Amino acid sequence: MKKSIPILLLSFCFYTNVKAQIDPALLKTQPKDSVKNALNMDAVYNRPFIGIGKSPVSLGGYVEVNWQHLGTDGVSDGHQFQFRRLTLFVASTISKRIKFLSEIEFEPAEKEIGIEFAAVDIEFHPLLNLRGGMIMNPIGAFNQNHDGPKWEFTDRPISATQMLPATWSNVGFGLFGKQFNKQWMFGYELYVSSGFDNSIIDNSENKTFLPAAKANTERFEEMASGTPLLTGKIAVRHNKAGELGLSYMGGIYNKWQDDGIVIDDKRRLDVFAIDFNTTIPKANTFITAEWAWVKVNTPSTYTEQYGNKQQGGFIDVVQPIIKRNIFGWKDAVINIALRAEYVDWNVGKFKTTGTNKGEDIWSIMPAISFRPTSQIVFRLNYRYQQQKDILANPPAKTGGFNFGISTYF
Amino acid sequence: MKRKYYVILYIVFAVVFIQSCSKFEPIAPAEDEILDGPIEGLNFGQSRQFLAGDVAFNDEIFTSQTGLGSVFVATSCGSCHAGDGKGTPFTTLTRFGQIDSTGNQFLHLGGPQLQNRALPGYTPEQIPAGAKFSKFTPPANTGLGFIELVSDGDILAMADPTDANGDGISGVPNYEYLPAFVQPFFNATPRNGKYIHRFGKKASAYNLLHQTVNAYNQDIGITSTFNPKDVFSGNNIDPEVSDLTVHNVVFYLQTLKAPIQRNQNDAEVLQGKKLFSQIKCASCHMPQLTTGISPIAALSNRTFFPYTDLLLHDMGSALDDGYTEGSAKTFEWRTPPLWGLGLSPNSQGGQYFLMHDGRAKSIEEAIQLHGGEALQSKNNFTQLSQADKNALLKFLKSL
Repeated sequence: MKKSIPILLLSFCFYTNVKAQIDPALLKTQPKDSVKNALNMDAVYNRPFIGIGKSPVSLGGYVEVNWQHLGTDGVSDGHQFQFRRLTLFVASTISKRIKFLSEIEFEPAEKEIGIEFAAVDIEFHPLLNLRGGMIMNPIGAFNQNHDGPKWEFTDRPISATQMLPATWSNVGFGLFGKQFNKQWMFGYELYVSSGFDNSIIDNSENKTFLPAAKANTERFEEMASGTPLLTGKIAVRHNKAGELGLSYMGGIYNKWQDDGIVIDDKRRLDVFAIDFNTTIPKANTFITAEWAWVKVNTPSTYTEQYGNKQQGGFIDVVQPIIKRNIFGWKDAVINIALRAEYVDWNVGKFKTTGTNKGEDIWSIMPAISFRPTSQIVFRLNYRYQQQKDILANPPAKTGGFNFGISTYF
Repeated sequence: MKRKYYVILYIVFAVVFIQSCSKFEPIAPAEDEILDGPIEGLNFGQSRQFLAGDVAFNDEIFTSQTGLGSVFVATSCGSCHAGDGKGTPFTTLTRFGQIDSTGNQFLHLGGPQLQNRALPGYTPEQIPAGAKFSKFTPPANTGLGFIELVSDGDILAMADPTDANGDGISGVPNYEYLPAFVQPFFNATPRNGKYIHRFGKKASAYNLLHQTVNAYNQDIGITSTFNPKDVFSGNNIDPEVSDLTVHNVVFYLQTLKAPIQRNQNDAEVLQGKKLFSQIKCASCHMPQLTTGISPIAALSNRTFFPYTDLLLHDMGSALDDGYTEGSAKTFEWRTPPLWGLGLSPNSQGGQYFLMHDGRAKSIEEAIQLHGGEALQSKNNFTQLSQADKNALLKFLKSL
């Protein structure tokens, strides 16, 4: 409840402000970043905002709602209607080359109001910007560029949400910058921040599970390990070839001392990710892919249930098939799309038998989407997935349809 | 006008789609291909309790925050019994410290069970020097409610301690004292204050409450009001699982369905079944037993087909690990039920880990490991033609 009070106050202020200036002429849509083909790191600003009169504050956000009917091995919970999230953006230009942006997410099912991002950016030079606040660790591309309306699928990639922690944010500081050269673009980000804790190998998922650390809100005040998490990413883009990103996140994750007394060994976590996206000319086929490897130091005397290596990723292929006036929307687009994804949460073999550990999943998801405008998407997905337990027993088979709407507002 | 027809078409499509979407979902496996699921005939209240037990057994993962360890073997009940089937060497238990009926001499050093894993920052147990030990692969836990309801009288009727009938087979029950939290069955047949136990490799657990409380405590390091002793410190501590959860898990185990035989009418399976009796396997692996009266109507007075006599038998020196429990000798093992045998690979990662410690990697290898009272049956099997062996194995896989 404490969390929600400032949010409600903030919402009330904006509501009264907007109500007082109801003249729509005062609500101006801010132009998006004029740079063609921005990098994934630009996603935080590359969103539609609405300015209010001459105020330096801009507002935006998106919402996601779904219907789904999934079944696993003949058992289904039937029709489900899900309000996934409502996300609000508030941006402001504090002064020339000093900007502030926040992203606040409401997830009713999780009973959660979370600040995903709230940072101030100070530009000294295009290649040298300081960012401080609640930052989103740029591991992979999805964590940087995850707004629902940008995707043709109702669900976020499994590797991004169940292996890497999607929308993983921490308090921290860092530098970022970009350099342009004709068709080429280069960007980097480097942050030190708070980080993970023991829950990644001690959780109710019964597997090494980095997203478990998201539940620990103490990280916004006190780090379990007392040592910073380092996150870095470099990305290079050629306007015709696409963007390639390489990222790393690592550090000591566990509470190894308490009140000055050493209670455990220091244990490291290291994550590497590679991401790529491109649009094939003429066909306009958009391809985006990401793969990540996780290494977690777990004690040899602990259970093998919690693995020390993981890997997984996804590839999305989106093909526009119709682009024309549909129901009065000029340039409406219908896409067909396909996502293939895989995660192995426990790479390796059992010590006792030498056989491969399971704990993996693969999924394939054909989709069709309709975009009346670029800022809203109606999407219909069919998911088929197979998931094995740690013993690699016959997989649980899940299949079914999702339909959802996601839109910026 | 044309647009109106499109709209009508879309609406019709949407309605048909929503109504038929479940047709595109994976179908359920055949009932006889899976071990989990409740017995037929539970009422709504019983079904709800079954589900509560199912969640506690299969979905409740213990962590350091909820009482796991600090030393332990597994993090949940389901870790050892995937799909309610047999376990693997990954979660095999190690018991140590008892060599005869005088009891366990190593209880002060962590006996009877080795907690071979520990939370980060802790050290797991080691087998104390000089302690005899044995490894126990987790059994399937389906149909246990039926087995619990076999009367002592029926068990004693199958026993033949002095081999009075001269067939070389002399099953005996495991008599042991009851822990304080266990109430004897109304029709129990005690002897000198000891009661017939029936669950476990050495038949050292009396009923499913006894088995469940011990498993929470010894396998996961979870204390309860029934057994408040912490396996790490040896001190009595607050309960880490509620009485209600324990009772729900017991109810779940009692009401899991019995495995269903497949291909029952296949000619080769029928031939194998005949050979199973002919070569005297059925002398210990009794095909058919009956339950007594139960407050769960669906379990009362039922005939079922577990292929066990719930008795201890001398299995020969090759299977004698030098460790025992209760009144069993070190070379005696309780006849394991064979029902569900053919589905074992579905919970053992696609392979077999049979006999008490999983040393047999096939059914045939398991048969070949039979000695002692089962030696004659093993020899009979060895002398069968290959076709007859195949029939017998096919029958066993159909169980």
